[in-house]
Amino acid sequence: MARFAAGDRVRARSADPDGHTRLPRYVRGHVGEVLEVRATWSLPDEAVRGISRPEPVYAVRFGAAELWGSGSHSVILDLWESYLEEAA
Amino acid sequence: MSGGHAELPVAARVRAFEERVIAAGLTTDAELEEILAGVYSSASPVNGARMVARAWADLAYRDRLLADGNAAAAELGFASGTHGYLLKVVENTPSVHNVIVCTLCSCYPTSLLGPSPSWYKSFAYRSRVVREPRAVLAEFGLQLPEDTEIRVWDANSETRYLVLPRPPEPADGLDEDALASLVSRNALIGTAAR
Repeated sequence: MARFAAGDRVRARSADPDGHTRLPRYVRGHVGEVLEVRATWSLPDEAVRGISRPEPVYAVRFGAAELWGSGSHSVILDLWESYLEEAA
Repeated sequence: MSGGHAELPVAARVRAFEERVIAAGLTTDAELEEILAGVYSSASPVNGARMVARAWADLAYRDRLLADGNAAAAELGFASGTHGYLLKVVENTPSVHNVIVCTLCSCYPTSLLGPSPSWYKSFAYRSRVVREPRAVLAEFGLQLPEDTEIRVWDANSETRYLVLPRPPEPADGLDEDALASLVSRNALIGTAAR
């Protein structure tokens, strides 16, 4: 069951993991909006250790002003549920 | 390994890894060669251009392409190349321009766009296009109106993107071959209008 839905505001976690991750640094700590649930895929952070942990993956849109302090474009990434928390 | 990288340190690491996998009995050199040859013999931006031309000529196909890129690729015989990823097609409109990048490495729908250009893998493109896409696109010769909304799609997971450029006006009178010949590789990435 997906924890988030289209339209939800989410914050990318800011913690810096020890190993492999697909959470790019430039979105960490920033707030975006869920566009859709993309699929359910294994969490890469665990898959590299041979552990299969399928999770919902969300397309999340971040505004340039949120990421960089200026700009009007948006950047969309796919983020695994473990990478996200509810934005207050 | 794509061409031109044989001298890089990573090539030696890849080869060492291949040797371990082969020694473990999981594959053979011949099998690896066959897979790579199979990918690169059919991988071409002509494939992506054909999908765009069909979408321009057939609105029902356009709708299917936007709804399910993998199925739409399969309709034109390009299924084998899109195994293992979700193909998401993003449509340019008079008010929205899309551009694709992989900030983490160089993920790219190779079977539909051909081997990726070296600039796509460059640190400069990957770091700048998410931060100042309008300036980067201008350097490619693409000047977008100030009020055009730019969406940058980072292929950081198992999704691969293809941009559906805006059709010529009018598209009437051109057959699909003629339409496909109008579509550049860079348009499929979003660094050109067409």
